Amino acid sequence: MTTLLRLYWEFFKTGLFAVGGGMATLPFLKNIGETTGWYTYGDLMNMLAVSESTPGPIGINMATYVGFTVAGVPGAVIATIGEVTPSIIVILVVAMMLKKFRENKYVDRAFYGLRPASTGLIGAACVTVIFEVLTCIRVASTDGVLNSVRLAGGSLFNWPGLALAAVLLVLTNWVKPTKKLHPIVFIALSAVVGVAFGFAGG
Amino acid sequence: MKEMLDLFLTFAKVGVMTFGGGMAMLPILQREVVEAKHWATEEELVDYYAIGQCTPGIIAVNTATFIGQKKGGVLGGILATLGVVFPSLVIISVLAGLITNFSHLTWVQDAFAGIQVCVCVLIFNAVIKLLKKSVVDKRTACIFLLVLAGGVFLNVSPVWFVVLAAAAGIVLKNLEVKA
Repeated sequence: MTTLLRLYWEFFKTGLFAVGGGMATLPFLKNIGETTGWYTYGDLMNMLAVSESTPGPIGINMATYVGFTVAGVPGAVIATIGEVTPSIIVILVVAMMLKKFRENKYVDRAFYGLRPASTGLIGAACVTVIFEVLTCIRVASTDGVLNSVRLAGGSLFNWPGLALAAVLLVLTNWVKPTKKLHPIVFIALSAVVGVAFGFAGG
Repeated sequence: MKEMLDLFLTFAKVGVMTFGGGMAMLPILQREVVEAKHWATEEELVDYYAIGQCTPGIIAVNTATFIGQKKGGVLGGILATLGVVFPSLVIISVLAGLITNFSHLTWVQDAFAGIQVCVCVLIFNAVIKLLKKSVVDKRTACIFLLVLAGGVFLNVSPVWFVVLAAAAGIVLKNLEVKA
């Protein structure tokens, strides 16, 4: 019961402070994993991949998946409801004073600062996952204090992973026929490459 | 009553057909809500989207609440939102259950190790796209870099960065107006 309450509260906060769509919830989900120990970065990455490849808004899919991981179907329902509660309240209030909200100079000014901050938070999450997935450096910390840095494998970088990342970066940004393709295509391709080359190293 | 059921079902349909972020939902909303049901005009939809992007929460949910509220008051807003999240709840719960059962297999682990690399690239691309829209001058570049560094090196809740950045936005813009 306390887990479900905690889950609702954590996702309520995520829904209230994540500004700018589904991907903006990622830094919050990362923080929840760090503070509660419910899941690792690796788990979160897998959840994000599944969320991008299935129907439904990414933010909702991720909330459902995290909730399911923590506490099964009730967890999925509670996390999703928690994440949408602030939206419902805020939008109902805004709808009542639509014109005033759009013309309010303080709202406009706050968003001038909020937009780059939201991008910065997603960027920070991005740096963390790149470290986790593409290098073999493992940093351990307790309560925010760094206490060990070690190498998980024999080399500094995950070379096969870096090679795949470079190919994907080119395909998604600079090759005209492939850059407009849905992310699911690249996710499927990466899964095949992962299996073919034994990426998990097991 | 029938109207409320209609709201729930229509938004459940929109939820199933949305693949990706809230932006991917726009063409589907145009077809289902504007053209088929006439619940909102094209202009209203664009307004709702603009507000949905600059209010907290997921854009898809914010837009659904807005249209539901317009059509059926507070209850309508809640039902439209429950409709849009319903397919996700069912599909992800089933998939998550399946994946948990197969996660011990070597090839499943290899597949996910490959997929994780792809997710890194997808997040990186999303950040680049957002950068172009959010970093518009030197001051927003400073906010971006400070939050980026803070997010990487400090172990604090993202909530603090959001609150401080909103305050910084107001202060910086106020100084600009006075100057």
